Amino acid sequence: MRFLFKTGYEQDLRLFKHGGQVFWYGLLTVLLLAAPFGVGEYAMSQLQFICIYSIVGLGLMLLVGFTGQISLGHAAFLAIGAYTEALLQAKGTPFFVSLPCAALLSAAAGWVVGLPALRLKGIYLAIATLAFNVIVEEVTTRWESLTGGNSGLHLKPVELFGVRLDDDTGFYYLCLGLTVLSILAVMNLLRSPTGRAFVAIRDSEISASCMGVNLATYKTMSFAISAALTGVAGALYAHKVTFITPEQFTLLQSIELVTIVILGGVGFVHGAVLGAAFLIVLPQLISLAKDYLPNGVAGSGLQSVVFGLVLIVFIIFEPLGLYGRWLKLRTWFELFPFYRRGMFRRQKSYMKSERLR
Amino acid sequence: MSFFKAENLGIHFGGVVAVDKVSFEVKRGECYTIIGPNGAGKTTIFNLIGLIYPATSGKLFFEDREINDYSPHRVADLGIARTFQNIELFEHATVLQNLLIGRHRHRRTSLWQELLFAPSVRRAELAQREAVERVIDFLDLAKYRDNLVAGLPYGVRKVVELGRALATEPKLLLLDEPSSGLNPEETDDMAFWIEDIRRHLGVTVLMVEHDMNLVSRVSDRVLALNMGTVLAEGTPAEVQANPAVIEAYLGKAA
Repeated sequence: MRFLFKTGYEQDLRLFKHGGQVFWYGLLTVLLLAAPFGVGEYAMSQLQFICIYSIVGLGLMLLVGFTGQISLGHAAFLAIGAYTEALLQAKGTPFFVSLPCAALLSAAAGWVVGLPALRLKGIYLAIATLAFNVIVEEVTTRWESLTGGNSGLHLKPVELFGVRLDDDTGFYYLCLGLTVLSILAVMNLLRSPTGRAFVAIRDSEISASCMGVNLATYKTMSFAISAALTGVAGALYAHKVTFITPEQFTLLQSIELVTIVILGGVGFVHGAVLGAAFLIVLPQLISLAKDYLPNGVAGSGLQSVVFGLVLIVFIIFEPLGLYGRWLKLRTWFELFPFYRRGMFRRQKSYMKSERLR
Repeated sequence: MSFFKAENLGIHFGGVVAVDKVSFEVKRGECYTIIGPNGAGKTTIFNLIGLIYPATSGKLFFEDREINDYSPHRVADLGIARTFQNIELFEHATVLQNLLIGRHRHRRTSLWQELLFAPSVRRAELAQREAVERVIDFLDLAKYRDNLVAGLPYGVRKVVELGRALATEPKLLLLDEPSSGLNPEETDDMAFWIEDIRRHLGVTVLMVEHDMNLVSRVSDRVLALNMGTVLAEGTPAEVQANPAVIEAYLGKAA
């Protein structure tokens, strides 16, 4: 077990708390950078998807895991990002302009969706965001002159400063770079006043506002940042699949995105990435398993059933998600043989004060 | 210039009149206590001051500024901090993080700087941390600094909540039953701190409290309420001797 001896306030601001972390994250970075030279084309494509979904996961984690607001409409932000990118690219806008545009437009939409969050809570907020998703889906389907309706839009490969990233490697590095930047941005936010305000809103709105946190500003801000990240992911997604139609951004997609956060571990930045990886790897595992299953079971519905089951199992047995499971495992080894079963159980809290609204 | 003043403050929930035409004035630097039997409207007054409930009548003034139309977070910005009767801490954060949230109104950095964690943000964070450490020293919380609030005993949470309010560097501190749920020793510590908060930090304290021992030890003036109306105002001894107050607590002699 490691004991950190703290000698300065500076230490608590560091992203890497000790040498072990530097080593492991460094190793991970090296492996990820070397990946294009070691793995096949198919695995590369999966890695790109993991990066893209990680960015969405980060956005959702900020909103769901750290601000405590629920959204069942993130596929809509993904759509806004994707369509903005597709349309701007068709007009010949360079990528380094169109990507921020996709983020900003998504953020603007996120800000608007955040407004109901000032009045709605929990399931009602979920319904409001769900409605937003349906609206965007309808608009992208019906506004054929702009979006091409159900016949969709095609995208060319990304061109960055005159370099065409049409092979897998270039695009992979782009996705990886943006993922790392997003992680850094979220981590930075979480160690500054804004991130603390988000967490305060999650834990107790009433005392957050008594500490001077403007609930309206910060809730809408959280929605906007979350949507901006999702918009960036949307633009990458559009390039990845090269062809977008409204069917890719349905409510079902939104639910899958929320699954990332829940499977990964609500309230952990790691959880966003782990959840995204899980979401991408699980279908592969299912299709592998299909070869060994009898014909009647291995139908097309198998994936949805497994997904549903996994979600239920996680919520019942591991509400802290994959990252929570990892934390427990690590603690078990660190403390061996002194680990207790209840160590991570949240303590029963004392009576909360009168819920004022 | 008056420091804090409530004029004809009143609120009713439907037909229930919770607070009715209550007026009082708190002078800078004093400890002013509101007492009264259960349901007298004490906490409601706090919620009116925090603008968590909109007052149905009356006015509130802080440093000669009318604050009725403010929103709750702006009240905090003015320098009014509060604690809650049943503790409203951020349970899944450490003591340190809880206190840092108290520094929210002193933040100076913009979102863009924070996203990049610019040097100015780093400097500001170190300054905030120092301010928080002063509170930690003051309240002797050093050994709990990195503990999650969810795992702390009730008495310590009460102190952490006081610390969080102090971290905002308030001018006026509202304490809602600071001694409720504390054992006699902890209550004694609390009395000691309240005195220190006034003397050394120069913070004005407005308090709701039941423990008359604590009240008479720390407060300069006391306001007794019953059923939302004022019974008496004066020094602790005066109010305790007031026949109307005795009647409210003990009932009429048969």
